[in-house]
Amino acid sequence: MRDVVVRAVEAATTPLLPADYLDLFAPLRSGADLRGRIVAVEAETADAATLVIKPGADWAGHVPGQYLRIGVDVDGVRQWRAYSLTHGPRRDGHISITVKAVPDGLVSNHLVHQARPGTLVHLEQATGDFVLPELEAAQAHKFLFVTAGSGVTPVIGMLRNLFPVTDSGVVRFARSASLDITVVHVAPSEPDSIFIQNLRELDAAGAIDLIARYDDVHGVLDVAELEALVPDLAERTTYACGPAGLLDALGAHHEARGLELFTEKFRAAPVVAGEGGSVSFGVSGVDLELDGATTILDAAEEAGMLMPSGCRMGICMGCVLPMKQGAVRDLRNGEITTATPGETDPGGVMIQTCISAPAGACHIEH
Amino acid sequence: MTTITRKPVNPTAHLTAADIEALGAALDAIRQDVLDTRGESDARYIRKVVDVQRKLELGSRAVLLFSVFPPAWIVGTAGLSVAKILENMEIGHNVMHGQWDWMRDPKIHSTTWEWDNASTSESWKHSHNQVHHTYTNIVGKDNDLGYGIMRVDEDQRWAPMHLGQPLWSFINACFFEYGIAAYDLQLGKNLKIPKEKRSEEFKRGVKSTLKKIRKQATKDYVVHPALSIPTGSFLPTLAANFTANLVRNLWTNSVILCGHFPEGVETFERAAIPEKETRGEWYLRQMLGSANISGSKAMHLMTGNLSHQIEHHLFPDLPSNRYAEVAPKVKALFEQYGLNYHEAPLPKQVASAWHKIFRLSLPNGWLAATNAKNLPQQLGVLHKLTTGGPKVRRAHDAAQRRAERQQREAAKAA
Repeated sequence: MRDVVVRAVEAATTPLLPADYLDLFAPLRSGADLRGRIVAVEAETADAATLVIKPGADWAGHVPGQYLRIGVDVDGVRQWRAYSLTHGPRRDGHISITVKAVPDGLVSNHLVHQARPGTLVHLEQATGDFVLPELEAAQAHKFLFVTAGSGVTPVIGMLRNLFPVTDSGVVRFARSASLDITVVHVAPSEPDSIFIQNLRELDAAGAIDLIARYDDVHGVLDVAELEALVPDLAERTTYACGPAGLLDALGAHHEARGLELFTEKFRAAPVVAGEGGSVSFGVSGVDLELDGATTILDAAEEAGMLMPSGCRMGICMGCVLPMKQGAVRDLRNGEITTATPGETDPGGVMIQTCISAPAGACHIEH
Repeated sequence: MTTITRKPVNPTAHLTAADIEALGAALDAIRQDVLDTRGESDARYIRKVVDVQRKLELGSRAVLLFSVFPPAWIVGTAGLSVAKILENMEIGHNVMHGQWDWMRDPKIHSTTWEWDNASTSESWKHSHNQVHHTYTNIVGKDNDLGYGIMRVDEDQRWAPMHLGQPLWSFINACFFEYGIAAYDLQLGKNLKIPKEKRSEEFKRGVKSTLKKIRKQATKDYVVHPALSIPTGSFLPTLAANFTANLVRNLWTNSVILCGHFPEGVETFERAAIPEKETRGEWYLRQMLGSANISGSKAMHLMTGNLSHQIEHHLFPDLPSNRYAEVAPKVKALFEQYGLNYHEAPLPKQVASAWHKIFRLSLPNGWLAATNAKNLPQQLGVLHKLTTGGPKVRRAHDAAQRRAERQQREAAKAA
């Protein structure tokens, strides 16, 4: 019966889907593509802000420490980024992410400085395995959190879940009673330190031991100092989130000592455009090495591949294919288009192969 | 029109190769200006148009549920006609050109869009974006020159069947979406091929087009009329939907005739196009092969900005809302290089296009040479050409061409 109704409604809206019309009025309804509406943008520091988002009805919830991918339109172009969820349990069902504007960061600067309440954003369900293990009240757990810069975001989500801060102080749940948590929090300076207020409150309430390290006061943290800062390091399970350099150093440090470590990187290494490069085709398994002046279409055909094509001059869009990763240069005006897994559309960025030459290693789904 | 290389004076004769390349570079710069400033306000524009179009369609169809009441019929039909026109012109045509692909929004993208038309977006994109926009106005290569059923150029050979072209051009206009669907499939050419030899691609195309037509017809002529039964409005809604499709067909046909068929728009000889046409040469062909419609903002919107046909043909992938700002710059280049920027109000362009359809339904030169005095004589000539077989017609063509050549030489001598 339901099927019949669905088909009848589809017959009334073809070639569009009923959802295309429902989206006009209820973009957050159950059954719609997952979206959210920004309800508040709260400044955390001069260049960081927390975005409170009302997620669509199909939001499945998250485990603190997890992140979500969010799609926002910057200068009219849909961009995807991953951000950690930074809250514990919320009654209103809203979710929040905390974003630090990084230099030249297209999306982070937009979210911190330009995002306005009421804006619709695109979401994916929360994911990630940077989460605490199942905690048993009877057992003692010792953790060390190492956070650097905005790497504090997944950790604050976990801490807020364990120790919610209310007007009457920090709430201590029975399940959190047996926890022994040290947080080594690294930031460029105190004013640049996101969530420092929150961390201090938790420290004052005895929920955590906070060791704050500011580059401008203490110098850049060397992982060799950790043992001095945290004498019982060997008894703790370490959770670290920060830039790749720190995580790599920490990985080597812990491995040498046989210590348990869970890490979370914030973002993939940015694609740097070059001149020419390799092109690998995902479906057909062909790999090509191209100079910067040959189009991907010409080279692939030369290599015997069956490629979609059309006008061969960049006007008909008959040749577009999804690029999952890499950078290409538009040979007409030199413009660079990049695809970064986790940041651009999961299906790939559509590129016109007839006017594009690789500008670095590219992976194309064809 | 006669192809430019066979005209008494070739309108591009005064341009050197260097001029043409400089012209190309200037047009590239205009394009780059738009690319550099393309952004949020453009995205807002197309989303607004889509939003308004969908609400207008929903509202109109809701009103038509009560179409047994004449005012509801009129309001609903008018609204639905406008909605269908917007959907085909400002939204569908332009989205399928990839004008909005840069937004990376999968809901407004050339690879995912399907439009409210009998032709499938896939076959439309091939015949329109790829063939017509690449080979614009090259006789024998651009099938849009008469859509394979009309003679719109002196260099397309006249045959007696063309006498009927005013009539079937009108019928084609009324059922334009089906005409386009048949044309996109190259139905005429493919049906001549024996059934077992037809390509798989063609068979697939026919299948998907028939499926699309069935769904489209079911929506307009079964589902929505059926929804109107409770108010006794089955037949009025059916009539309203038919009327809206008719209005949309006539309107889109008129706009499209204006784009390339008015008198004075140039066409090109296949043999005269170099094997490797440069960007500048391609631009020049687009400049001369298109005609604009002058008018208000509303006119530009309802024509899907094909009123800026020249700008659209130069920059088919730029967002349509930017053609208006580009037009003065393009026009200045026409002046600078001594080219004719073909622009006139809609009624004038439509009349001009239909004049050509009538004129070329007759043998070359016949209409121009005929007056009240020599009419009986001319009718005799026409009768002879109609019944006389290909040989007689070829002789007539040869005589015409001789006269053309003499004209050309005379012009040169002068």
